[in-house]
Amino acid sequence: MIAALYVSGMIVWLAGAAASLALWSRPAGARRVACGAALAGSLLDLAASAAALSSASPTVIGLPFGNPAFTCSIRLDPLSAFFSLALGALAAAVSLYSFGYLKQMEGHRNLGAFGFFYNLLLLSVALVFTASNAFFFLVVWEVMALAAYCLVSFEHEKKKARDAGVLFLILSHAGTGLLLIAFLVLASVSGSLDFSSFHLLALRMAPLQQGVVFLLFLFGFGVKAGVVPVHIWIPEAHPVSPSNVSALMSGIILKAGIYGMARVFFDFYGAPALWMGAVVLGLGVASGLLGVLYALMEHDLKRLLAWHSIENIGIILIGFGAALMFRALGQENLAALALIAALYHTFNHVLFKGLLFMGAGAVVEATHTRNMEKMGGLIRRMPVTALCFLVGAVAISGLPPLNGFVSEWLTYQALLAGFGTTQSLTRLMFPIAGSLLALTAALAAACFVKAFAIPFLALPRSPEAADAHEVSYSMRAGMAVLAVGCVALGLGAAWIVPVFDPITEQTLGVRASSALGVVHGWALSPATAHGGTISMAGIALFFLVAGAAFALPLALRWRRRTVSGPTWDCGLPGLTADNEYTATAFSKPLRMIFSVLYRPTREIQAEYEVSPYYPSSIRFESEIERTFEIRLYGPLQKLIMAAANRMKGIQAGSINLYLAYIFITLILLLLFGVRG
Amino acid sequence: MMEQLKESLAQLFLLLALSPLVTGVIRTLKARLQTRRGPGILQPYRDLLKLFRKGMVIPETASWIFAATPWVVFLSTLLAGLMIPMVAAEAPFGLLGDALAVIYLLGLGRFFLALSGMDCGSSFGGLGSSREMTISALAEPAMMLAIFTVAIGAGSTGLTQIAGAAIGQSWRFLAPAQMFAFAALALVLIAETGRIPVDNPATHLELTMIHEAMILEYSGPFLALLEWAASIKQLVLMTLLINCFWPVGLQPAWFGFSAAEGIGWLVAKLLLLSCAIVVLETVNAKMRLFRVPELLAVAFTLGSLALVSTFLF
Repeated sequence: MIAALYVSGMIVWLAGAAASLALWSRPAGARRVACGAALAGSLLDLAASAAALSSASPTVIGLPFGNPAFTCSIRLDPLSAFFSLALGALAAAVSLYSFGYLKQMEGHRNLGAFGFFYNLLLLSVALVFTASNAFFFLVVWEVMALAAYCLVSFEHEKKKARDAGVLFLILSHAGTGLLLIAFLVLASVSGSLDFSSFHLLALRMAPLQQGVVFLLFLFGFGVKAGVVPVHIWIPEAHPVSPSNVSALMSGIILKAGIYGMARVFFDFYGAPALWMGAVVLGLGVASGLLGVLYALMEHDLKRLLAWHSIENIGIILIGFGAALMFRALGQENLAALALIAALYHTFNHVLFKGLLFMGAGAVVEATHTRNMEKMGGLIRRMPVTALCFLVGAVAISGLPPLNGFVSEWLTYQALLAGFGTTQSLTRLMFPIAGSLLALTAALAAACFVKAFAIPFLALPRSPEAADAHEVSYSMRAGMAVLAVGCVALGLGAAWIVPVFDPITEQTLGVRASSALGVVHGWALSPATAHGGTISMAGIALFFLVAGAAFALPLALRWRRRTVSGPTWDCGLPGLTADNEYTATAFSKPLRMIFSVLYRPTREIQAEYEVSPYYPSSIRFESEIERTFEIRLYGPLQKLIMAAANRMKGIQAGSINLYLAYIFITLILLLLFGVRG
Repeated sequence: MMEQLKESLAQLFLLLALSPLVTGVIRTLKARLQTRRGPGILQPYRDLLKLFRKGMVIPETASWIFAATPWVVFLSTLLAGLMIPMVAAEAPFGLLGDALAVIYLLGLGRFFLALSGMDCGSSFGGLGSSREMTISALAEPAMMLAIFTVAIGAGSTGLTQIAGAAIGQSWRFLAPAQMFAFAALALVLIAETGRIPVDNPATHLELTMIHEAMILEYSGPFLALLEWAASIKQLVLMTLLINCFWPVGLQPAWFGFSAAEGIGWLVAKLLLLSCAIVVLETVNAKMRLFRVPELLAVAFTLGSLALVSTFLF
C-alpha cells in the first residue's frame, strides 16, 4: 500500500517531467501539466510518507534497474519518511503557488524546460531521502544538484544568475567529492554499499578513521545545508532563482544536507566522540549568529531570507551537536530531546521559509524589484500576502504561539539539561550556546521587524509599490497552506510529539516520550528533572478568550470615538515616503555595534549650489566587507589557480602524450589490482 | 480547577491594580529625591482614566497592525504576568509557560510594538523601533545566562519550581552564583523596562527617545492600553527578579489571611526594589545609545560569572 502510493508519486513526477518536455512549444499547457503533476506527485508522496511514518516496519522497494554490485533500492524508514513528509508538504504548497507564479513567465521563458527540471528536482530530492544504497544515493544526489543548477540559472540571460549557478555547482561538486571518499571508506570497511550494512559501522573503525570520515561527511553535507564557512553559495543562488525555486531550495534542498547528517550521525555512528558533537555545536552557533548578522545588513528581500536559512540551519545543527554530545556521554534520553528539537526545527523551517520565499516572490512580482527600500505600504494592496508573510515572520522569529517558538524552546531545554551531564569544563559549552542562541533569535526578530515593516507598512516608496496588486488565487492559496501549517505545528505541539517516537527509537533506541513528556494531555515538558512546561494551545486559548471577551467589544465601542488624522510630521509640509525610516537606517545601530565584523565603508557625495545646508542632490553608498569571500575563499582561489597553472604543463594538447597517460594509468591500476 | 481559576483572577486583578501604583511610587520617590513635590502616587491611575475616556486619532497611513498592536502588547504582557509567582509560590498559569515563555511573550509584544512604530510612516516610529529591537537583542544573551544559572540551580525552567527551590534554602540568594545572576538580570531589567541610563521614560526629545518614540502616534484608549502594558511589564519583571532570587514571603497557597500576608511581602519587596531603581536613576545620567552595548556587555560578563560560580562554589 505504502509502496504503491510512493512509487505512483515517483511515476507522476516522471510523467510530469516528460510531458513538460513534450509541451515545449505550448507554454500554457506546459505550465498546467508541470504544476499539476508536481502537485499530484507531492500529495502522493505526502500520503505515502505519512503512512510510512506511522507504520511499524520500514517499507523496502527494489527498483527494476541497477545490477548486483550497484543496486538501486528505496527504503522508507522513519527518518526517511520524516524528511519525505516535509518534502511532500512543501512541494504541494509550492506547486499550487507555481500555477499562478509561472503565468508571468509565459511567452518569454521556456516553461517546458522549467517544468521538466522542476519535476525532476522533486523526484531526485524524494529519492535522496529514501535511497538505501550509497551508489544510488550519490546518483540521485547529483541529479538533484544538476536539476537545481538548471533552475537557479533559469534566467540565464542575467550574468548574476549564471555566476550564482556556477558557484553552486562548484561548491556542490566539492561537497560530493568529499561524500564520495567518505562513502568509499565506509564501503571498504563494511564490504557493501548498502546503507543497512553501514548501521553503527563507525564502531568498527579506528578513532582516527572515524574522525576523518566524520569531518568529510560534515562538510560534504554541510555544503548543501549551508553551514558556515561553506555557505557562500546560498546568498548568491537563492535571490537570483525564480521564487518558487527559492522556496524549494531553501525549504528542502538544504534539508537534503541535514538529512544526510542525520543519517550519518545517528544511523552510521553509534557512539561518537565528544569532540564531534562539540564541533557540530560550534558550527551551529557560528552559522546561526553569522547568518542573522549578515541578514540584518541585507536590503534585498530574497538575499535577506537566504541568510536566514543559514541562521536556521545553525539552530538545527545546535540540536544535532547537543544530541551527539549527549550520546557520547551516554545520555540517550537527552540525545532524543535534542534530536527532536533539531528535527522539529527542520520541519518548521521547511514551512516558514517556504512561506516567506513565496511571500517574497509575490512581492517581487507585484513591485518588480527585490530592493526593500523601493517597497512600502503593500499591506493595503496585498492584504493576504501581507498576513501570510506576517505569520511566517512571527514564526521564524521564534515567538509564541507559533511553531518556531516550540522548536527553539526544545533546543533551550536540551542545552539546559546538558549542563548537568558532565563534570568537565565542556559543560560550559551548553549555556554559552544557549545564550548565543538567544542573541540569534532576538536579532532574527529585529531583522523580521525590518523585513515585514519596510515592504508592507507605511507609505509606498516607489510608484511600482503604489500600483502593486494582490497576486493570483493559486499563489495566495499556496502561501495560506503553509501559514496554516505554521499555526498548526505551533498550537498542536503537544499532540505532535508522539510522531517522533519511531524516529528516536530507530536512531537512539529510546522513545520520544522518555525525553519529552506531555502533561495533562496539553502541555509539553522535558522529562529531565522537573522540567518547565509550555502549552501553545493554552496560550492561544488565552488570547482567543481574552480577545473575544474584552478586546473585541471594547474596540467596537472605541471605534465610535475614533477619527483619522495625519501622522505628526514635525510641521513639515506633509508626510512623504522620504520621511520614512529606511531599512538601512533601521539596521544602522547594529551596523555600528558590530562594525568589527562588518567593516562597513560608506561614501557620501553631496552637490549644492549656494549653501551646504541646501544640497541639490546627495549620493550615499554603503557597503560591508564580504569577509568570507575575501579572507577565506580569496586565498583558496589563488592557491587553486596557482596549482592549475603549474599543472597546465602536462596538458599540452598532444594526442600521443595523452595516450601515454592512459597507458601509464592502466598499468598502475593493473599493478594495484594484482597487489590487492 | 475552580481554585486555580480563582487564583488566576486574583493575580490578574493584582497585576492590573498594582502596576500603575508601582509606576506612581517610582515617579514620586524620584521627584522627592530631586527635591520636587511630584504629582502624587495615584497620578498614573488618573492618567489612565483620563485616556480611556478620550477619543482617538488614528494616523491615515496606519494599517490594521496599528490597531491590533495595543491588544497584542497588553494581552501578552498580562499572560506573561500570570505565569510568574506573585503571592503564592505556585504561578496560576505555570503550566502554560515557563521562564522562557515569559521572555518570549514579552518579545511578542515588543515585535508588534516595533511594527506599529514603523506603521505610521514618520521617522520617529522607525527610530524607536530600530533602537528598541537593537537594545533588546543585545540584552538577550545576558538574560538567558542569568535564567540558565537560576534554572540549573532549580533543575527546571518552570518559575514555580525555581521559586520553590529558592524557598527551600532561604539564604541561597547570598551564594555568589545567585548574586551575579541577580546583578545581570537587574541590568537587563533596566534595559527592558526603558529606564535611565538606557532610556528615559519621561523624555520626548527625539535624540534620546526609544519606547516613547514607538508609541508617539497613539492616543486615547490605545495609548492607555500601551501605558498600562508598560507598567505591567515593569511589575512583571520586578516581581520576577525579587521572587526568583529572594522568595521570602511567598505563600503556599492563595487564600484567606496568608494571601494578605503574601501581598504585604510583595508590596514591601517591590518598594525596596523601587527605591533601588530610583536611586540608580537619580545618580546616573542617560547613556549615549552607543554606550548601551557596553552596559549590556557588563551584564553578559556578570551572567557568565554567575554560570562559572555555580560549580566553583
